[in-house]
Formats: sequence, C-alpha cells, structure tokens
Amino acid sequence: MSDRILEARKISKYFYDPVRIQVLRNISFTVEKGEFVSVIGKSGCGKSTLLYILSTMDTDFEGDLLIDEVSMINKNEQQLAAVRNEKIGFVFQFHYLLHEFSVLKNVMLPALKYNKYTEKDIENRALEKLQMLGIEHLANKQSYKISGGEKQRVAIARALINDPHIIMCDEPTGNLDKKNSTVVFDIFRRLTKEFNQTLLVVTHDNSFAAATDRIIEMEDGHIIRQ
Amino acid sequence: MNFKLLSNIANSLLIARLKQSIVAAVGVTFGIAMFIAMQSFMTGLNKLLDGLVINRTPHVRLYNEMKPNERQPVNESEIYKKSYNFISSLKPSNARLAIYNNGYIMQVLKKDNRILGVTPRITAQVFFNNGVIDINGVINGIDAGQESRLFHFSDYIVAGKVEDMKNISNSIILGKALAETMLVNIGDVVQITTVDGERYPLKVVGFFQSGIRDIDMIQSYTTIATTQKILGKPGNYITDIEIKLKDLNKAPAIAKEFRTIYRIDAEDIQTANAQYETGSNVRLVISYSVAFTLLLVAGFGIYNILNMMIYEKMDSIAILKATGFSGNDVKGIFLTISLSIGLVGGLLGLLFGFLLSMGINHIPFETAALPTVKTYPVNYNPAFYIVGILFSLLTTYLAGLLPARKAGKVDPVTIIRGK
Repeated sequence: MSDRILEARKISKYFYDPVRIQVLRNISFTVEKGEFVSVIGKSGCGKSTLLYILSTMDTDFEGDLLIDEVSMINKNEQQLAAVRNEKIGFVFQFHYLLHEFSVLKNVMLPALKYNKYTEKDIENRALEKLQMLGIEHLANKQSYKISGGEKQRVAIARALINDPHIIMCDEPTGNLDKKNSTVVFDIFRRLTKEFNQTLLVVTHDNSFAAATDRIIEMEDGHIIRQ
Repeated sequence: MNFKLLSNIANSLLIARLKQSIVAAVGVTFGIAMFIAMQSFMTGLNKLLDGLVINRTPHVRLYNEMKPNERQPVNESEIYKKSYNFISSLKPSNARLAIYNNGYIMQVLKKDNRILGVTPRITAQVFFNNGVIDINGVINGIDAGQESRLFHFSDYIVAGKVEDMKNISNSIILGKALAETMLVNIGDVVQITTVDGERYPLKVVGFFQSGIRDIDMIQSYTTIATTQKILGKPGNYITDIEIKLKDLNKAPAIAKEFRTIYRIDAEDIQTANAQYETGSNVRLVISYSVAFTLLLVAGFGIYNILNMMIYEKMDSIAILKATGFSGNDVKGIFLTISLSIGLVGGLLGLLFGFLLSMGINHIPFETAALPTVKTYPVNYNPAFYIVGILFSLLTTYLAGLLPARKAGKVDPVTIIRGK
C-alpha cells in the first residue's frame, strides 16, 4: 500500500461572481501518510478555497484530486459523501456540534452513518476517543453546555471516530485562546506521533504553523514555498 | 440508507422544536378530524335520504305498462312500409296489466345469482269511502315477509304489526296521513270502492309512514290474496315483479336484458330516481373540498415550520454533509420530520374525527317525516379513516418535499465559509 494519502494535480479554481477571477492557479502537491502539514498565507490567498476542494465538498474546479490514489473527479454527490464519511475528518474554526444531541452522540454520528460497527462498539470507540482527548467526563452532557475549548476537542473526537486517512482543519485554533490553542496543537502533535495520523491544517497562526512538519505557503493562488 | 439513524436525527430536531411541531400537527389533526366528521355525517345523511326512496324502491321492476300498441296496422301494411306515417288520437289498447306466466318468471329469477330477492306485487286503484267523500288511493298487495326483508317495509310501520296483515283476513295497513284524514284508528273498518264499482270492507291493522307525505296520503298495503279478492281476479294475478339486485349499478343492464327476454316493461332504479344520485354526489364533493381546503392550510403551516427549521439548522445540515451525509440523507431527515407530523396529526385527527361523529350521532334529530330516526345519522365507514390517514400523509409529504429538497441542496462550503 502506498503512503500517498492526498495528491493535488494542477488544481485551478475560478470565482464567477461578480466577475471571473482565478483564485487558484495550477496547485500541485502531495501529502504522505503521517505528515503534519500546515497551509499558510494571507487572507484571500485561496488557502481555505483549496481546503474545500481537497475535502471534496467543492467540486467546481479544474485539475485532478486523488485521495488514496483514487481520483475524485467524476464521482457523484453520494459517492463523495461516502468518501468524506470514511476517509476524511474535519475540524473547523467553529465547532458545528449539534445542540440537540449529547457530546457522545455528536461524536458517534459519522460512525453511525458509516455503519461499519454496531452501535455498542461505536459507543465504546467514541468513549475511547474522548478519553484520549481527556474529556470523557463530558460524554453525557448536552453539547451546548460545555466550554469553547471543550467543544473544539469534541469536534476533534468526531473527526477521529471513523479512523480517517486524513484530518483536514480550517483555522482550528482561530476561535481559541492561547491555552486552548496549545491544548489543540498538542493533541494534533500526539495524533501524528503516536497514531501516525495525517493532518492538513489551514491556519494564519504562524507560530502554530512553525511547529508543524511541513509548511505550504500560498500567495495569490500560487504555492510559493513548500 | 440507514433509516434508523435518519429518523433518530429527525426525532431530535422535532423535539428541539416541540412547540411548533405540535402547532403543525394540530393543523393536520383539525383538518382530518373535520374531514372524518363531515364525511361520516354527510354520507350518513345521504344514506338516510337515499334510503327514503332507494331502500323501498325495487332495483328492477317488471310490469306491463298501459300504452298504445307499438305495432300499428298502417305500419305493418306493405304499401305504406316505406312512408312516414302519422297516426293521431291513438288510444292504449286494452291489454292485460297482469304479467303472463309470472309464477314461472319468478322461479327463474330466484335462481339467478345476480339477484338478491324477488317479490310479487299487485297495485290497484281504489277509492276510500269516508262519509260522503271518496279519497283517491292505491292498494298494494304485497308479500309482507319478503317486502320487509328486501325493502325494509316493517321499518316504516309506526303502529300495529306487519304480521297482523297476514293473520287477520281482509286487513289493511294505511298510510299515516291517509288515516289521519279519515280519522280512523287501528281496529276500525274502512270501506273501499274499486274502479269497477265493487265495495269492500277492510279492517285497519296498522299505519305506515314513509316520510314523504304524498306517499303516505295515497298508499296502503294488504296481502296479495286480499287484493286479488278485491279486484275479483284469480290467484295467479300479479301486476308487478320487484327485484332487488346484489349490485345496484347493474340495474340498467339487467332491466334491458329482462325487457327482451320476457317481452315486458322493466324499469331500473337509476331511471326511476335519477335526482337522488345527483344530490348525493354534490354533498360528497362539498365535503371533500372542505377537507381539502383545511388540509391545504395545514400543509402551508408545515411548509413554513420546516422552512424555518432549515434556516435555523443550516449549521447542522452543513456539518452533517461535511461528515458524510449525502443530500438524500438530509432530504430524508426533513421528509421524516414532515411525515411524522402528518402521521401523528393524522392519527389524532382520526380519533377526534371519530369522537366528533359520535357526538353528532347523539344530537337529537326528531322529525315526523322520519319515524325510525331519533338522532342525526352518521356513517362509520372505515374507508373514510383510510382515506383520512392517506390524505394527511400525502399533504404533509408534499408540504415537506420542497423544504426537504432545499435542505438536501445546501452547500456546506458556503455555510462553513461564512463563519
């Protein structure tokens, strides 16, 4: 099995509203298994846009995207949803927890959708992930009753639940104070070291990026350093 | 698709918005309850009114009509065969009103498996002598047992007993209105005069009331044998054969068939009572359109609530889609919400509709015209309940479809980017 988790081939993207603007120009790079990669760049350089294309949520682009050596072009909406479910974990700036559910249920949801394990197993796995992140005591709380830092950790647990090939993060520490940012970074570090987890993080926090294995720097839709 | 998971999520969203969900369900409940109550009441009333005539009317009636002979000599003649002949002042021929060979016909009809029952009848024009005046009337010679079984005759007897007609010789059951006019009571004897001038005394053993005064003023009943005696006819004299079919709608076709087989006049119930069907249909259309309107309003309520819910839950939809729920899954969640509102609202609607129609059924409704009816009639037809629940599911499905499709098409990127 190859270790090439993600490959972008000459990805270009245009925005059409209000006028046609090219936001990404021939972006090509690869991510190997176990890498901790950060993407940095100024606001508007296209790094978030790139992440959404890599995450398969945005399908309106030119070029090719391979996840696990499989091209994502020509897959329909349902197949892409299945790819995201099985192979990609997400952590966003905002936690996006479902308030109607408990912390545990929030973590379980993607696994319930994946439907690979029984509900009992999924529950155990979810508890395991929460324990790993040091928040197992919150499992039965309603998700809106916990603090911002805790919510972000729950979101990370949710991203991990299906043992994804890659976790994609968009400004994961953008809403967090220094202390919580450090906590989140340490978790990411541990994931790569102990579990050989691949991570791709979009951030504008240069100190955060500096501590990662590899930095991809973007400017005006180009990669200027990787 | 993992239906359990989707319904689980739908359920949580519903509970999170419990108040609005209840309001939406109440809308459906109201619509369905009204539908059930109106249908039950309307068709109950329809049945009653139709029954006034249709229950007592034979589905097919065989008789000989007094009419001019269709085969006139001038038309038969070779010379005038090709011309168009006008004949004026034509009079009915003196044909027998009795049905030829009626015993055999009835035997054959009784074996016909499309036919529920057959009963003979004699109708005779008479005058009731009341002091110095004569009142025009009709005596029907009937087989009381068969008549009760097929045409609910005994239901309309308001005083006296049907059996007495058979047990007491030369007895008669008078229309209530006629009896009141003549001031006779049960046990009294009335004198009648036949068209031929024969006088005959008959003992009154009961009154009947059909609810239609014109009928109660003229009609009276006695046995076939008594009628034959009054008319001075032999025991095989029968003027009508009344047939009740298993399927009312086949009456016109069967009437046509008998007309050719027995060379006799045959009248079907549809021809005889066309106007009743029209009334029933109009009432049915009214109740359906009212129910439809109510459900339409309920549907808009559901549409609104789902739309609001989707705007509120944009974040949740976005993350569900990001973590691997497809557009169809999300659509399924919102359709499930809509359908659960429809199902719960609809089932409650059936219950309240049933209670409401029970209530209507207990409202006193006493009228001299309808002796057997004491409260408003209600028709508890299970078909209404099936239609009701299907109706509620259909409207809620349609009301939920647009918002659900919108939710399914939410682009997670735009939502997540916006934060």
